[in-house]
Amino acid sequence: MVEKSITIQNKSGLHARPAALLVQEAGKHPCNIWVRKGDKEVDAKSILGIMSLAVACGDTITVKTDGQGEAEALAAIVQLIESGLGEA
Amino acid sequence: MGQHNNAAPETFQGIGVSPGIAAGVPKWLRKEAAAVIERREIDSSEVAAEVNRFQAAVAETKRQIEQVRASVERDIGEEEAKVFDAHLSFLADPAYVGEIERKIQSERLNAEAACQDVTDQTREMLASLPNEYLQARADDIRDVGQRLVQCLMGGTGQTDVSGWDTHTILVADELMPSDLSALPKNVVGLITAKGSKTAHTAIMARTLGLPAVYGLGDAIHEISEDEAVILNGDAGTVVVHPMEEDVQAAMEAAARRGEELRRAREAAQQPAETTDGVRIDVFANIGGLQDLDAALANGADGVGLFRTEFLYLENDHWPTEEEQYEVYRKALEAFGTRPVVIRTLDIGGDKALPYAALPSEENPFLGLRAIRYCLQQVDVFRTQLRALLRASAHGTLWIMFPMVETLDELRAARKHLEECRQQLANEGYAMAEHIPVGIMVETPAAAVTADILAKEADFFSIGTNDLTQYTLAADRGNADVANLYQPSHPAVLRLIHQTCKAAQAAGIPVGMCGEFAGDPEFTELLVGLGLQELSMSASFIPSVKGKVKATERAAAARLADEVVKLSSPEEVRAYLQQR
Repeated sequence: MVEKSITIQNKSGLHARPAALLVQEAGKHPCNIWVRKGDKEVDAKSILGIMSLAVACGDTITVKTDGQGEAEALAAIVQLIESGLGEA
Repeated sequence: MGQHNNAAPETFQGIGVSPGIAAGVPKWLRKEAAAVIERREIDSSEVAAEVNRFQAAVAETKRQIEQVRASVERDIGEEEAKVFDAHLSFLADPAYVGEIERKIQSERLNAEAACQDVTDQTREMLASLPNEYLQARADDIRDVGQRLVQCLMGGTGQTDVSGWDTHTILVADELMPSDLSALPKNVVGLITAKGSKTAHTAIMARTLGLPAVYGLGDAIHEISEDEAVILNGDAGTVVVHPMEEDVQAAMEAAARRGEELRRAREAAQQPAETTDGVRIDVFANIGGLQDLDAALANGADGVGLFRTEFLYLENDHWPTEEEQYEVYRKALEAFGTRPVVIRTLDIGGDKALPYAALPSEENPFLGLRAIRYCLQQVDVFRTQLRALLRASAHGTLWIMFPMVETLDELRAARKHLEECRQQLANEGYAMAEHIPVGIMVETPAAAVTADILAKEADFFSIGTNDLTQYTLAADRGNADVANLYQPSHPAVLRLIHQTCKAAQAAGIPVGMCGEFAGDPEFTELLVGLGLQELSMSASFIPSVKGKVKATERAAAARLADEVVKLSSPEEVRAYLQQR
């Protein structure tokens, strides 16, 4: 299991298209992936899960991956978030 | 009309979201829907079958929503259709679908009840989030949940309208986009307890020309199905227990409006010329054969955009040459000597085809779509080209390729067309001698190099929806930037101007088929920018033709020269309104 914390820089937070892109990326990896904000942790492959966190710009989230290809999955998701989730 | 029960007339104030007056018999939508859902514990031996039944309902719901999406896109608009993308994403979500399955398995609950519970929970969760966009998704999940339950209960997703009055006013706590996607013709107005002018269904009602009052609140329960009501979509009022003579007057007012519309349509049967004698073709955009009647009734001089996507989206297999040929032939026959511009398949990563493995892309609008896709999937492309060529013998076909940016793409597409023509000639098929082959100008690249593309294209059609989105780099489906999406932005207007000039210099026709073309507020400007053909949803044709007839082309051209120098869409609008 690996995890990494990252601050969301998108102006609109993790809603709408950025959330959809994150879920899409998570869906490409076979391992389990979670996103945590505060004490709430959700399945990153679920758009409703991500929406329920209501992540706003400036919030810090933790991405956690576990299972086959966990390191690659974590790197890919962190990179996607850092690249601005299509909003950069 | 219903019985008057002697109660005094009472007027309730709501929000007028779509103009016009209507009188009719109210019909409640889904009033008791929640009560009839059965709730029972299932036996452990039934669990697997129940999960299967649920999964079948998910598949059926998905199919229905895809169909609704396609028909809304065709009848109402692309933007309205995008609402259904959120619906589809929920149907693939483990936190929703997975949770319902879990509930069936662990709580031994029947699928209908499990579905209702999880839908309610999810809805509450979304509604409680501190963000408007997310709150609005609560309505989406409810729409999806209701469809799922309907499918589980053996419903077809269609409302049973047998026995409805010929003047029916639809009453609901709240309307959902899918309620309006297949509205029966006898519905003359809409009333809801909740909702606002910006609700998706309010926009749809305006497009459909259906008077509507929303946000009536608890007063809506004063409406009974036994008695006619009058609604005024301009004033935002609803009258219950109306006097018989007021009902008559309202029906007459509605009829007069219909008559005015009919007269405008009649006038639109003739081609429209400007006051200085320049003919402007006013064409219809159609998305299938069911649109032909409306196009002809509203006086379309031809079809400026026949979207062929429905053939692919509404099917469970790649449409065959024969299936496509039949559809194209009928459209061409209906218009005879008037041109029908058929656009080849415009599909990409943002539209899913159940039977085709389209790649999932991070940026579908910058990805493998339209002509790019067709030039890679040569078999798909050539099947369509063969069907088009064969149909060309039956009318006046123009072929249009979407998203062309370079001469290479146009040449490659033409080469396929030529090869198909040779094949068909060898096989003994009749085809039209000359078929104009044009392109959509919908990227800044195509507009800027229009002079180069004009050397080999037989015509241009400017697609303002994509051109605006690509030029201003703004997705109007994204609420945070939707205000930036303005086809009247001078950047877009200059590209249109430039494209028209290039077409004129090369002596080829230039038209427009985006939504912008159907907005009468901009007709004079568009004529002035140099467009010779405007193509739009059929219902806009009469008013745009009216505007063309009131326009002087020379003055419009001077106007356009001034407008492209302005600095913002707001200035453009203010300038046009001052005149």
